[in-house]
Amino acid sequence: MQRMKLVCPAGNLPSLRAAVDGGADAVYLGFRDATNARHFAGLNFSRDSIQQGVQYAHGHGCKVFVAINTYPQPQGWTQWQRAVDEAADLGADALILADTGLLDYATRRWPDVARHLSVQASATNPEALSFYHRLFDIRRAVLPRVLSLRQVARLIEHSPVPVEVFGFGSLCVMAEGRCLLSSYVTGRSPNTYGACSPASHVRWEETDQGLESRLNEVLIDRYGPGEQAGYPTICKGRFRVGEHVYYAMEEPTSLNTLDILPELMRAGVAAIKVEGRQRSPAYVAQVTAVMRAAIDACLADPQAYKPHAAWQQALASVSEGTQTTLGAYHRPWL
Amino acid sequence: MQLALGPLLYCWPREQVLSFYEQAAGWPVEIVYLGEVVCSKRRVLSLDEWLDLAKHLESAGKQVVLSTLTLLEAGSELGALRRLCRNGHFDVEANDMAAVNILAAAGVEFIGGPTLNIYNPRTLAVLVGQGLRRWVLPFELSHPAASELINAAPASCTCEVFAWGRLPLSWSARCYTARAENRAKDQCEIICRNDPDGRLVSTREGQPFLTINGVQMQSALTQDLAPWIPEMEAAGIQVLRLSPQYSGMDEVVECFDRLRRDPGDQEVLRRLQSLAAVGVCDGYWHGEAGFANTANGLQQS
Repeated sequence: MQRMKLVCPAGNLPSLRAAVDGGADAVYLGFRDATNARHFAGLNFSRDSIQQGVQYAHGHGCKVFVAINTYPQPQGWTQWQRAVDEAADLGADALILADTGLLDYATRRWPDVARHLSVQASATNPEALSFYHRLFDIRRAVLPRVLSLRQVARLIEHSPVPVEVFGFGSLCVMAEGRCLLSSYVTGRSPNTYGACSPASHVRWEETDQGLESRLNEVLIDRYGPGEQAGYPTICKGRFRVGEHVYYAMEEPTSLNTLDILPELMRAGVAAIKVEGRQRSPAYVAQVTAVMRAAIDACLADPQAYKPHAAWQQALASVSEGTQTTLGAYHRPWL
Repeated sequence: MQLALGPLLYCWPREQVLSFYEQAAGWPVEIVYLGEVVCSKRRVLSLDEWLDLAKHLESAGKQVVLSTLTLLEAGSELGALRRLCRNGHFDVEANDMAAVNILAAAGVEFIGGPTLNIYNPRTLAVLVGQGLRRWVLPFELSHPAASELINAAPASCTCEVFAWGRLPLSWSARCYTARAENRAKDQCEIICRNDPDGRLVSTREGQPFLTINGVQMQSALTQDLAPWIPEMEAAGIQVLRLSPQYSGMDEVVECFDRLRRDPGDQEVLRRLQSLAAVGVCDGYWHGEAGFANTANGLQQS
């Protein structure tokens, strides 16, 4: 079995360097446009900065994956096609793709550049993975955050390709690639635009009832004095259902798998992915260092592995809402 | 244009399901989709019972399509999926690439559901190569995108649009109905059967926003594309999907049947809008936020 790898996010060059220096086996990044699922202002890479990033990473034995993982519509097709060409041309070690048409294009145009199936392709079972493997010879697949630990293990037993899972970061509670909550309210979704709750549609307002966050004028949450306000992602807002106002879908928490790393390794997970291309270089440095140390400890002696309190503290300090959860890996979360 | 009765998205008691389809056998819809697409725990009917129902509807002159589960997590669900795909007689709507893989391997043509994410002609072409014969436009795509996809499709492959119903907006491992009841998913006792039209989620200032339907979140508003039938017809859309709701579905079908013959009938358009539980929307079709209502003027006239 291959050694479990660590894949870290880079929203810019300083983050990329932080990930490489912290011991990531691979970094993933995207272009500065809607071709990737973290399309935020001031974030991501130009052609030149990718070139520098690839040089730095390769110089330190770290791979570079380029995410082109949104769904091109007819009018955007040439832009997405160009992104694939540029990424291949710039020496990407793998392309992270979700759209079937784009996978087909990359397979025919760049057969020698590895293709990874993005989490945005919503492939949660071995038959779906076989589809992508049969048609596009994918080398790896990133699983949506909807499977339990047992389901991940069963899937790996039957999967035609190595599997990457999320190990830390913001938690999508919906099957990625099939969530339209954001476009229902703003017209822009991760699929079409590469962003959930685009900043252009977010409005904060102090009112008599508290601080309010709105998305295209829809009230997502209202915070009392002393309450920590979170970004108005629809799935993490508070709404009324019957008589109750509560987090109808999910509290603002982060996924944290430090407690189950040995189980993920035993299940045969090929790589652990850290979410957070939109976060700061300091976040990337912190999380990369902790995950590197934890994975190394786990690889050295899975039986004796126990997450250090300092690791947990370090991760909790950079977590959304400063809470962490095992999410769907842990059955009671459901 | 043909009318299709989409798969039942909610969990209704067995008798209700059977009587609903008994009535549907007499409605002016050409196509009926059957099967559980949201949650494998519901098991209101077994596959054999769905097949019996399918035969019954077929003998009533309907084209029957069996719809597959959308989010597949457990091995047992894949087993059920394989049995459904290999039924040997009825068409299948593939709602996950798993179903596409099974159907393609069996050399069986299929209908592509809205969650296959057919956003561009190249994706469409790949799936046509796998046996795609009709596809449902992804919910968030607009009229221009639909037109381009249809123009690029072979004549033998037709496009269906979700013309009426609360929009399925997301799927999760978590059950939001169980969560609303403070129950663990494993102890849900299929509590969603108490919500035959889902459960309303409002904002804290009372705006109807979403609908909880087990592991699926839907819009609170009903997408109503009836005012745009001439536009859809001109774009080459051949099938309109009407998504079942608990009451008034016979009237919804009747309105669409009249509108496909006389799309300008304002009285029928208004009657249709009154059949939506908390209002209508049509934003996606116009490239806007899904919950936008561009046909507002119609309501007021």
